[in-house]
Amino acid sequence: MENIDRTPPALEIEDLFVEFRGRNSTVYAVNGLNLKIEKGQTLGLVGETGAGKTTTGLAVLGLIASPPGVVTQGNIRLGGRDILKSLEGEERERLGTLWGKKKYRHVYGSRFCVSEGELQKMRGEKVSMIFQDPMTSLNPVITVEKQIAEVIEKHSKISHADAIGKARDMLETVGIPRNRGSEYPHQFSGGMKQRVVIAIALACSPDLLIADEPTTALDVTIQAQVLDMMKKLKEKNHTSMLMITHDLGIVAEICDCVSVIYAGRIVEHGTLEDVFDHTLHPYTKGLFDSLPDLENRDTRLKPIRGLMPDPSIRYEGCPFADRCDYASDICRKEPPREVHRTDEHVVACHLYNEDNIAEGGAL
Amino acid sequence: MTMNQSVTSSENAGKRKGQFSDVWKRLSENRAAMAGLFFLIFLIFMAVFADVFFDYQKACVDLNIAERLQWPSRAHWFGTDEFGRDMFARVVFGSRISLSIGFIAVAFGLLIGGILGALSGYFGGALDNIIMRICDIFLAVPMMLMAIVIVAALGTSIVNLVIALAIACVPIFARIVRSAVLSVRDSEYVEAARAVGGRTGHIIFRYILPNCIGPIIVQTTLRIAATISNIAALSFIGLGVSAPTPEWGALLAGGRSFIRDSSYLATIPGIVIMLTILALNLLGDGLRDALDPRLR
Amino acid sequence: MARYIIKRILYLIPVLIGVTLLVFFIMHLAPGNAAQIILGENATPDQIAALEKEMGLDQPVIVQYLRYLGGLLHGNLGNSYATGTSVTTEIMARFPYTVRLTFVAAVFSIILALPLGIIAAVRQNTWVDSASMVFSLIGVSMPIFWLALMLILVFSLKLGWFPVYGADSWKSIILPAVSLGFMNMASIARTTRSSMVETIRQDYIRTAYSKGLNEREVIMKHAFPNGMLPTITVIGLEIGQMLGGSVLTETVFAWPGVGRLLIQSINGRDTPTVMGCIILMTISFALVNLIVDLLYGVFDPRVRTMYR
Repeated sequence: MENIDRTPPALEIEDLFVEFRGRNSTVYAVNGLNLKIEKGQTLGLVGETGAGKTTTGLAVLGLIASPPGVVTQGNIRLGGRDILKSLEGEERERLGTLWGKKKYRHVYGSRFCVSEGELQKMRGEKVSMIFQDPMTSLNPVITVEKQIAEVIEKHSKISHADAIGKARDMLETVGIPRNRGSEYPHQFSGGMKQRVVIAIALACSPDLLIADEPTTALDVTIQAQVLDMMKKLKEKNHTSMLMITHDLGIVAEICDCVSVIYAGRIVEHGTLEDVFDHTLHPYTKGLFDSLPDLENRDTRLKPIRGLMPDPSIRYEGCPFADRCDYASDICRKEPPREVHRTDEHVVACHLYNEDNIAEGGAL
Repeated sequence: MTMNQSVTSSENAGKRKGQFSDVWKRLSENRAAMAGLFFLIFLIFMAVFADVFFDYQKACVDLNIAERLQWPSRAHWFGTDEFGRDMFARVVFGSRISLSIGFIAVAFGLLIGGILGALSGYFGGALDNIIMRICDIFLAVPMMLMAIVIVAALGTSIVNLVIALAIACVPIFARIVRSAVLSVRDSEYVEAARAVGGRTGHIIFRYILPNCIGPIIVQTTLRIAATISNIAALSFIGLGVSAPTPEWGALLAGGRSFIRDSSYLATIPGIVIMLTILALNLLGDGLRDALDPRLR
Repeated sequence: MARYIIKRILYLIPVLIGVTLLVFFIMHLAPGNAAQIILGENATPDQIAALEKEMGLDQPVIVQYLRYLGGLLHGNLGNSYATGTSVTTEIMARFPYTVRLTFVAAVFSIILALPLGIIAAVRQNTWVDSASMVFSLIGVSMPIFWLALMLILVFSLKLGWFPVYGADSWKSIILPAVSLGFMNMASIARTTRSSMVETIRQDYIRTAYSKGLNEREVIMKHAFPNGMLPTITVIGLEIGQMLGGSVLTETVFAWPGVGRLLIQSINGRDTPTVMGCIILMTISFALVNLIVDLLYGVFDPRVRTMYR
């Protein structure tokens, strides 16, 4: 109720579940994920490979490959507008049983509140995504300026020549000489390709930018340049951003808030300061402990033991329990509920409850 | 040392056995491929035991003018030809010729092509260059024309037919084996085998060829299909097997003159050829998917 | 690009020389004496010897080959044993028919195959996919000459829509072209499907969707130009197959092309004509593949810059 006079968040995801159904097994990629990005802010979504980060990004764009992917539940709102909504009541029963006929028991669904055409209008203009691998994200047989111009032409009524002109402007913005626009992706280096991908994503100044590990495939020196450039462009256009990464350094560099994702759900969320200085969840602690300490190089790294849990099994309790040094019986039986330290800072872990969280929990 | 070797080789054998059972499992889940396989087994069974079911003399030599050109009936499932001989028996005896020539020609093609390809890929350099350029020349002539030229030059006989069709397969197999060898030649386990002093022949047969087995099996199946089609085609234009030997293409060619009133004579052998090739293609596709699950 | 073209053409020359050498020596293995064939059964040994000397058949094979190659470079393929006329003239009279037949068959097969393959790939694992792939699988399994007979049976003899044989009207080309192109259509459709399936999974297709393009735009502008590349190669190879297959089609339909001439000359033991036919078809095949390679350069910028 108090939100009425505030501008709606750029992105809200509630209780999102995504599965990939193979012939013999189902992978539960996202399991009840909640996420919110306020307008103009940058949220870092941090986690290991396979935690469901990319799937979450694709779900926002409605681009989860189906089959095999199914959004079984969840709401997504973009700038206050419903995009995806869980089926409710009778409809849920009906469709649920319909799908449940064969091997998909206990399956419910979400569905898009906007038509495919509206979804297409949104993509590129309202939300766009920078993909992880610049080497394969560009079409090898189309010149880069055409690939940028395409998105401009799609979302504004301008001539092809004007669109090409704008595309070249975009190239300059991302630091590539405009006359190189008529070249093909294979003539560009990895860093330059990623700049082109960024140019495509930002060509229509979207409200929300989803950046999926935009610098992972690049050399360290290029990484810094690209990040810096993204930061500037984002500030210039007042774009909100979802920064998907496994690199806490990037988070510290660019993000306002952090959500830590583990096995498809958020285990800890807070402002940069909350998460970095008042770390609550054992997994988040583990992530920080895995980083080398430059001031004290004698301390040994403390990697998190074990591996990510098998995503084709649904866990009753906390998915991190098997790797957690503080796990007790309850962790394996019941899913942890969310406990707030402050309005913003929240953790999902059995170690904490409303009474002990201010003192640092049962740790 | 010896112990180590025996350990690795038994491990390898175990792994390979596991691979084969995996492939078989995936293949047996593919209904189309299994249908193809069962049809082929049935066909081979009929070909092998043709004499038990039918009398060759009666089916292929004797004349029985009283029963000539009868449409398919309960007595003659595929009807009778212009000399009153049972077409079903003739088709069954024909499968002997088509299948055996197909298998033998492809086997020779595979053997020669495989050796050339393995040498070419393993040694590289000038030898590779010479072998591959010769393959280029052979491949520059469409396969069917190549077979026609060879049969035309050597004369029409079953042996020459086998030679012609085998030669047509050689460059194809040479290329496949060569590229497969190239892809594993510099892999670490081959380097390791070389480092512990494995002989070249041993390395090729023990390590390299088993690793190219997938594409070879698939291509062999598809080549047999193409070769059976080519045998029939050559017989059809009078360059393959000729009467009275009942080969499928020859049967079809014989039926051609009677197409207006006895169309079953040309239709039925054609359907049998088509089903055989279809079965081989289904099996080949199924094998490819089973051997390389990433493709699906 | 120019360097690429020149390189491809230069590469073609040794292959073609190799083919002539190969065909020449294979034909040389043929039993029987050319002079005997020309002069007939009743010729005396003296007559035969005289003709052999005149034709140069008494010289070593390699000399005969070099003379043949020399003639070939001037467009002279020798004289037919059967008619005594120039093989070049005879083949060139027939060649346009084969070109016409192959061209119509190729156009027919490509026009049908591409949409079939693309739709099957886009609607992967639906009944549309299964249906078109069963159709293509039957297509690749069907012997050309049998299909030709069946087409004659149904459309000429039963329905009477098309002539049984000959090359007199535009109608005459329909059945031969369909029977010749059908198998290739099926095979091109299968390649198109598998390469499109592969292409649709690429990351840049996801990028294209993320720009807000609709499915049609993504398929036609992004997937098709990439998925086409392997198909182009296969189309080239299929046209070679058609040249081989034209021997069968032309025989069944009595189509007066090079393929039929080839079979007639083989039966008549007319070696120069046989050689001429084979060499002409091989050169055509090589040229088609050259064009295909060049097209590859046009469609794929990576190839273009490689040879710049």
